[in-house]
Amino acid sequence: MSASSSSGDGLSRQRRRQWFEHEIERLMDRLYGTALRLTRHPDDAEDIVAESIGKAWTKLDELRDPERFEGWLFHILNNTFINEWRRRQCRPKLADDPDNCEPDDLDATHFSLFQQLHQPFLLWWGSTEDRFLNELLQDDLQQALDALPDPYRVIVVFVEVQGCTYGEVAELLGIPLGTVRSRLSRGRAMLQKVLWKQAREAGFTVDCRGTEGKPS
Amino acid sequence: MTRRELTCEEVIEQLFDYLDREVSSQHRADIERHLERCRDCFSRAEFEKRLRAKVEKSVSVQAPQRLRRRVKDLLDRFDTDETNSTN
Ligand SMILES: [Zn+2]
Repeated sequence: MSASSSSGDGLSRQRRRQWFEHEIERLMDRLYGTALRLTRHPDDAEDIVAESIGKAWTKLDELRDPERFEGWLFHILNNTFINEWRRRQCRPKLADDPDNCEPDDLDATHFSLFQQLHQPFLLWWGSTEDRFLNELLQDDLQQALDALPDPYRVIVVFVEVQGCTYGEVAELLGIPLGTVRSRLSRGRAMLQKVLWKQAREAGFTVDCRGTEGKPS
Repeated sequence: MTRRELTCEEVIEQLFDYLDREVSSQHRADIERHLERCRDCFSRAEFEKRLRAKVEKSVSVQAPQRLRRRVKDLLDRFDTDETNSTN
């Protein structure tokens, strides 16, 4: 190898590394936050982020369009998580059989927060939905997401947080599209039910409707 | 020819598909036309949109410094390996 080409390689490698690190830094909090919601455990989240970044760095040549780096990296993160998740499952097909890990109190196929909150008439002081959303904190959402069983939480995170299409999720998890739909809809209902339960426990009330004190 | 208007029930049933951008553009236009005219469905759609935005934001968590150092070490190690193997 000639001196000039070797120093050229060194320079471009250095530039590549700079670019890569800059991109990683920009995405780091979201990578970590997403991994944390997927795994629920800080140590596992760190492992998955580090492994994904390592993979991305070694496979960087495969990325044709640098503009798509973000989506590409999150795709690697998802796959890394899924591989690890599968590896850890004692029952090999748990991903396809979520019913046996679903707590009874989360049974919420059709639960809708909106229906709990919505007033059929307009209130001059603003809607209950607005008040609910305004009082909802990041911690509440994190707790509620973490309360969902894995097969549901993972799909909610893929779709609502990462904006994956149903087709992408089906491919990632190796499950039929219909299963993605039904689990997503159930996961959302569960999430809303947990948020509702948390809010009521924290003293949130729906005024003028008389639902207080009724068993749900 | 005018297309049949969607009912509230149909709109609510497809609301999440719509928010997830899983409906055709024609269907999307039909739903949007309904949302422009129906206060109840509009409020519902707004609520789900805002809740979803909150879910999306909830993953913004500060990554620990330890992780940043770990990543840097990892990249350094890859670089060293690469340099050694090319020389
Ligand atoms: Zn309507």
